[in-house]
Amino acid sequence: MAEKRRWPQITFWQAVFFAVLLAGFYATYLRVVRGLGGATNLNDQFPWGLWIGFDVLCGVGLAAGGFTLAAIVHIFNIERYKPILRATILTAFLGYVLVIVALLFDLGRPYRVWHPLVMWNPRSVMFEVAWCVTLYTTVLALEFAPVVFERYGWEKPLRWMRALSIPLVILGVILSTLHQSSLGSLYLIVPEKLHPLWYTPLLPLFFFVSSVCAGLAMTIFESWQSSRAFGKQLELPLLASMGRVLAVLLAFYLTLRCLDLLNRGVLSLLFHRRLENYLFLLEIALFLAPMLLLFRRSSSTSAASLYGCAVMVLFGFVANRLNVSVTGIEAGTGISYLPKWTEIAITLMIVALGFAIFRFAAKHLPIFEVEKSEKKRAQSALLTAPGD
Amino acid sequence: MCEQACAKQNGIPYDDSIAHEEKLSAHKVTAVTTHGDKFMRKLCMNCLTPTCVSVCPVGALQKSADGPVSYDASRCMGCRYCMMACPFQVPTYEWDKRLPVVRKCTMCASRVAQGLQTACAEICPTGATKFGDRDALIAEARQRISSNPASYYEHIYGIEEVGGTSVLLLAAIPFPELGVRADLPRTPMPLLTWNVLSEIPNVVTTMGVLLSGIWWLTHRRAEVAAAERAEEEAKWPKSGAGPK
Repeated sequence: MAEKRRWPQITFWQAVFFAVLLAGFYATYLRVVRGLGGATNLNDQFPWGLWIGFDVLCGVGLAAGGFTLAAIVHIFNIERYKPILRATILTAFLGYVLVIVALLFDLGRPYRVWHPLVMWNPRSVMFEVAWCVTLYTTVLALEFAPVVFERYGWEKPLRWMRALSIPLVILGVILSTLHQSSLGSLYLIVPEKLHPLWYTPLLPLFFFVSSVCAGLAMTIFESWQSSRAFGKQLELPLLASMGRVLAVLLAFYLTLRCLDLLNRGVLSLLFHRRLENYLFLLEIALFLAPMLLLFRRSSSTSAASLYGCAVMVLFGFVANRLNVSVTGIEAGTGISYLPKWTEIAITLMIVALGFAIFRFAAKHLPIFEVEKSEKKRAQSALLTAPGD
Repeated sequence: MCEQACAKQNGIPYDDSIAHEEKLSAHKVTAVTTHGDKFMRKLCMNCLTPTCVSVCPVGALQKSADGPVSYDASRCMGCRYCMMACPFQVPTYEWDKRLPVVRKCTMCASRVAQGLQTACAEICPTGATKFGDRDALIAEARQRISSNPASYYEHIYGIEEVGGTSVLLLAAIPFPELGVRADLPRTPMPLLTWNVLSEIPNVVTTMGVLLSGIWWLTHRRAEVAAAERAEEEAKWPKSGAGPK
């Protein structure tokens, strides 16, 4: 039954994929030929739109699973999460590469994207983000490299990478902490433009904590997806305990947000019937609901509800980033912005490419085979162990 | 007239239809705005501690000692953070160009460096725009307000706003009525981000030590456990051990 049902589904998604790709290519052509003015609804009053708000802010955040899980497995030495580590590192790496691609669309002169590496201004948050993203993408590539080396059986580089792995993980965690929070710091400079529901000196902290939440949710989401696509067994108890960690983090985040709103005395703003208030409530609800669900024992142990909670957190995360970068700026300045179709088409194309590359890599590289090789090693250990 | 002189100085075309646009744009780096029977000029304030200079990741924007905040287009990659961050919404972008640059008033940096006035001040027939030493201008503004309090609103815009600006404004009516924000902080904006950025070295060292420590602890525990197990096995060798 399941086999039969899967085929038409895949071809349907393939059709969608090619349609998205086609629209994306045409939009890319328009972006190149007509410039930012022709391809976006951005203007002097609203210079950052969907590409920064979604592609960059959300892209980086959703890739946070990479450093979160790497820290869990390698720093805290919780080995049971190893089976999903590779897939998470791969998503993180792809996420960052795609963020850079999106940035190339958004920059007025994309061929100068390397300028911050040479022309320094350490007082700029953007400068710090540029450096961190560059370095962390390199770290992710190195963290993922052993998978490629394994596939082709290159023993020597494999041994070097093993020796380097712990310093790399530590470096990766530090870099991620810095730039995940710095994406929030970017908005510290616009107190007169960002609506007080979102503008707070704690923006960097909120961006960091919510990115860890998104990273965990993304890991749960991915494990479910790959278990469906590749017939892999879902590591349910593993994901369930991850869900409980997620619930605690969400509670921490929401408490902080509430305290912050109370301390700044802006909660009364919520009593007006305004669009930004509804969007604010939506963002909070999408974190609150999964938190409550995950704290209930019954739902944190069922695969379907775990998956549902993860998806809610992901949407809540995206809502938060779009609220800071679009809703909050619109409400704070009174300027309205709706992305042009070309902006949406290019965004969708980038997301679709991400999915496609992940599938391709998962098919051709030993991403889900850690378990197998680990089992093999365990077996061979048993065999060589003097009779037991 | 100042608009025309400014366009000429910056090499931007100017005609009647552009003259009617009362806002800053890539083809208009200064604009005279009408508010009833009053006029106001909009231009880059050339802040003393400019937000744009602090946010530019490539250092394309620089503040010089004699006042101007200049822009080096050859460095700019077009991230538009300066436009996002400027509290006065001054920098504009060439949206319809394939390879655009940022446009803003640079207080005629090249002229000022030669000891000349800005183009707008030089051409102004009524003396509404004056160029000079900042302290001297402030003194004159104070003197004008005190000797003629009826025709001036009692505030010199730019002495304290966002930490002070190189362009100072005087008006007959409150500034918000002329489209000039009066709600900006009195402290330089770059402090908002610098307070966080300056903590980076601390964060890096603390996290580095902390993470290495946790790694050492967790792995040491596993190592000790393994060693103890091995010792135990060495004390009581299993019966089946040894060659068959």
